[in-house]
Amino acid sequence: MDLLILILQGVIVAATPLVFAAIGELVVERAGVLNLGIEGMMILGAIAGFSVTLDSGSYLAGIIAAAAAGAVAAFLFGVLTQVLMANQVATGLALTIFGLGLSALWGQGYSGESTVPLAKIHIPLLSDIPIIGPLLFSHDPLVYLSIILVAGVAWFLAKTRAGLILRAVGENHDAAHAIGYNVVGVRMLALLFGGACAGIGGTYLSTVQTPLWVEDMTAGRGWIALAIVVFAAWRPGRALLGAYLFGGVTVVQLHIQGFGVDIDAQILSMLPYLITILVLVLISHDKARANFNAPACLTKPFFASS
Amino acid sequence: MIRLEPRQEISHRLLYLTPVYAVGLTILAGMVMFFVLGKDPVRAISIIFFEPLTDWFAISEMMVKATPLILIAIGLSFGFRAGVWNIGAEGQFTIGALSGGAVALALYQVEGFWVLPLMCLAGILGGMAWAAIPAFLRTRFNANEILVSLMLTYVAVLLLGFLVHGPLKDPDGLNFPESRTFHEAALMPILIEETRAHVGFLVALAAAVIAWVVLARHVIGYQIKVMGQSPRAARYGGFTEKRVVWMCLMISGGLAGLAGVFEAAGPVGQLVPALPVGYGFTAIIVAFLGRLDPIGIVIAGFVMALTYIGGETAQIEMNLPSAVTGVFQGMFLFFLLGIDVLAKYRFRIIRVTRAAAGE
Amino acid sequence: MTGTAPLHLSGITKRFPGVLANDNVGFSIAPGEIHALLGENGAGKSTLVKMIYGVMRPDEGSMHFGDTPYAPAKPSDARAHGVGMVFQHFSLFEALSVAENVALGMNKDAVSKDLDKQIVEVSEAYGLPLDPKRLIDSLSVGERQRVEVVRCLLQNPRLLIMDEPTSVLTPQEVEILFETLRKLSSEGCSILYISHKLEEIRTLCDRATVLRGGKVVADCDPRQETAKSLAELMIGTSLSFPEPHAAKLGDERLVVKGLSVKSPDPFGTDLRDISFCVCAGEILGIAGVAGNGQVELMEVLTGEKTTDNDAVLIDNAPVGRENTTTRRRRGMCSVPEERLGHGAVPEMSLWENTILSARTRLGMERNGFLNLGIAHDFANEIVQKFNVKTPGIEHEARSLSGGNLQKFIVGREILQTPTVLVILQPTWGVDAAAAADIHRALQELAKGGAAILVISQDLDELMAISINFAVISEGRLSESRPTGSMSVEEIGLLMGGVHSSVGKKGAA
Repeated sequence: MDLLILILQGVIVAATPLVFAAIGELVVERAGVLNLGIEGMMILGAIAGFSVTLDSGSYLAGIIAAAAAGAVAAFLFGVLTQVLMANQVATGLALTIFGLGLSALWGQGYSGESTVPLAKIHIPLLSDIPIIGPLLFSHDPLVYLSIILVAGVAWFLAKTRAGLILRAVGENHDAAHAIGYNVVGVRMLALLFGGACAGIGGTYLSTVQTPLWVEDMTAGRGWIALAIVVFAAWRPGRALLGAYLFGGVTVVQLHIQGFGVDIDAQILSMLPYLITILVLVLISHDKARANFNAPACLTKPFFASS
Repeated sequence: MIRLEPRQEISHRLLYLTPVYAVGLTILAGMVMFFVLGKDPVRAISIIFFEPLTDWFAISEMMVKATPLILIAIGLSFGFRAGVWNIGAEGQFTIGALSGGAVALALYQVEGFWVLPLMCLAGILGGMAWAAIPAFLRTRFNANEILVSLMLTYVAVLLLGFLVHGPLKDPDGLNFPESRTFHEAALMPILIEETRAHVGFLVALAAAVIAWVVLARHVIGYQIKVMGQSPRAARYGGFTEKRVVWMCLMISGGLAGLAGVFEAAGPVGQLVPALPVGYGFTAIIVAFLGRLDPIGIVIAGFVMALTYIGGETAQIEMNLPSAVTGVFQGMFLFFLLGIDVLAKYRFRIIRVTRAAAGE
Repeated sequence: MTGTAPLHLSGITKRFPGVLANDNVGFSIAPGEIHALLGENGAGKSTLVKMIYGVMRPDEGSMHFGDTPYAPAKPSDARAHGVGMVFQHFSLFEALSVAENVALGMNKDAVSKDLDKQIVEVSEAYGLPLDPKRLIDSLSVGERQRVEVVRCLLQNPRLLIMDEPTSVLTPQEVEILFETLRKLSSEGCSILYISHKLEEIRTLCDRATVLRGGKVVADCDPRQETAKSLAELMIGTSLSFPEPHAAKLGDERLVVKGLSVKSPDPFGTDLRDISFCVCAGEILGIAGVAGNGQVELMEVLTGEKTTDNDAVLIDNAPVGRENTTTRRRRGMCSVPEERLGHGAVPEMSLWENTILSARTRLGMERNGFLNLGIAHDFANEIVQKFNVKTPGIEHEARSLSGGNLQKFIVGREILQTPTVLVILQPTWGVDAAAAADIHRALQELAKGGAAILVISQDLDELMAISINFAVISEGRLSESRPTGSMSVEEIGLLMGGVHSSVGKKGAA
């Protein structure tokens, strides 16, 4: 029983960076932009958060730094794609390559260092309930934040006028422009939010999950976050579910040998990637449905002719 | 107020000038970066960008690095023109090396001029097979090839690790995770004595020439261009998306696989887990920097190889971190994409006049 | 509301690179007046109304709303002044509901809590019933326009701008719309009605301002004018339509039998049991409101989509499963509706664009290798014979004006001497002189023994050139009959989908 609780807690820890990155990208894609640079923004967030936390001793400062690093990177992406009309796919790739390089440069002095992981908040009384307590009510603050964020995004998109405008921009940017909404402005704000989320997701890796700095430590999580958004059909609740499923696969792969299953570690490590592909195929094969769910203007460049 | 206005036609002069501007801006930004890091910016830039050009050995090393970059980038450029985003060339490279290497190991100590060509064939087929997965999943199930090909890269690298830990491990080795070193007939012939530059470089140049002919004079190149610019016009012209997706992924997978064999049978000489060092990703930059044009890619491949060699020298001489190379490569692509706007749009300064009295 | 003009424009000028879109434009609209803004494509109508609605700003000139200066910097300013606009290409969001679309088009403080109830009330009061919960993509084109209109009405407009509102409507829907507009006008709301349809303007509007080349060329009472005099004001020269010829028809060249195709797109139109034939020497015209299966029919005929092999025959050979290239080899050429991005690749030069559709028939391709010399020669021939205005064949397709590119594409297909030609919207956006040239070329091709299928929304065009005539509606095609044997009323009913009554010879 204790082992099961441990595994489930592990799932939550493994899933949380994916939740942050995926919910941020979901908002960006709902606004009609595809940012393939999540991996780059995450790794920049990871090193920014790690270095600031280590130097200042403040987790809050680290988290803010991580969010800022991700947002700055996203801003760069926004200027290139929204103002200078650069191709979104190529710019996203550039952001990933640049982010991996810059983070390695930045992290040069921090290899081998480690921080104490962010403390867990045990919610009084509730966390004492057997099983449910440790599962639901004793996590670090970022886990709670990630859940609140998903609920907040769901509410924002469905219930607020600003959320409606954001969806409208993603559906038909020409019409939104004709009615008088600032398409580029809305998309820039969405990108900044997405960047900040990816940054926090990154710092979760380097200050909570591991907690140390390793080059390329995101190891493809940014790409998995993209797959989760497709999996979620651009709906926040399903993105949360998707992230936990992927987190689960990662953890199960770590524990499966413990159960006496004799499979090579490297073969098992392939599992999350192969499952991502499988899910992608299952989600995408109904072409008409996949297109209907996707924001209609996704990846289309917007140029105001007037 | 400054506004962008689309040009009626793309400026071709600017199209070829922008990569030069991008290199210039990258150097400038690099100098700022070194200044911030507390290093002598002039010395660092001259070590990275100019010193390698004065040394024959460094130039031969550039040929070694440029070979896979050019081969892979040429393959990718077909897909990028058609809107087929194969970004898993690193995986196809790895599987190519693995297939070619497996042939070399199976024919260990077998002499014969046909050993190396057979390895190359295996490498090409291996790369194609790996690229066939995203091609099949996209054409059959509409799955995004960006994500599939990328996920497969991680799988390919893990597979290489698994095989050199197990079945392909050197039986006479000290249990290190690496294969036997290839025998003489399975190694790339050296091009210049006393260096590592091998005949693969000539193959890369030949590939560039063939690619140029295909793009300019053959219906394959024509349909790839049409598909990338307007898919509906392509259908009107009698070209099908499926065929173009398959063609692009087979070309890029095959060339990446070939580059993998060259790497294993050339400078490395065996299969090791660290064989994939990121050429597949850097080649994406090379393809864009070279304007998706085969001749441009050859030049861009050399520029990018220069940052590798220069970066290594700077690492030794100035104690700069090796990550500098990655930062430079990212900056290249950023600046290039940013400046591209000049070729497609013109800037106009607009004086805002009062539209009406009393505003 | 006082007796003074709700909107007065003077000296409005707007420049674009290389074009003077509006040149010193001025006129007034009285309260409750239905005021027509008349002009050809490219006369500067859309630019002008965009400035009134605050989407663009004029370079020079001034506007007054009532007695106060009016200079909207953005559409929400215009809306705050009581100006509403219904766009030609609807500014609607398909995946959002009616209520959400309405809310997006209103200023923030104008949106009330019970918007749904308001929508139902207003829409019913004006005879345009709507369900606020439905998604836009489940609505018909006419219903979509209602959403736009209701959105404006909810803001109690003093001026309503309608940009080409009837181009997508059936005659019956047009009647409903006109009723609504008359009711609004009687309540004191002014309407600026943009159109190039002369009869409409004569029945609906109180005044008309005619624009040509960005300038006001006339300000008149349309009821005092004839359609012909309005047309002359709008176009500037007298037209000469080609004479339809009584031709002897030859063998059946293009035959379609029981063609049914389900559209894979949930919002596309299914083709239902379509049968017709086009003989050598015949021009068959197919009319219909946009989005009733024209594009789907074209795709199946040309081979962009394949179907049952026996459903389509060219010269008695079943070709339903063949692709476009094979059908071209058999003699079928085609001109799609969309010029840039379908009929031509925008970023490719003119000579490269000849390879797109002419490589098989003109031998530009041998073992996959392209003969660029033939492509160059052919491009030059098209430019010369079809009078395409371009500095040279090295220039990109998108650098040509719409009309010139249309001439190039039509020329490219006709000069391949097809035996079957399928052509959509042959003169869309083309000036009158070029349109006459294209019509003449089509008629000459038919005289030479080709079978031609013209699919168009322009009834006048079809009446002028086709020998036989049919109407497509909701994916069904009416029986083809000699042109001129149908009354306008019959055609209108067919376009509105009323098949049975016409089948019994005008029983409607």
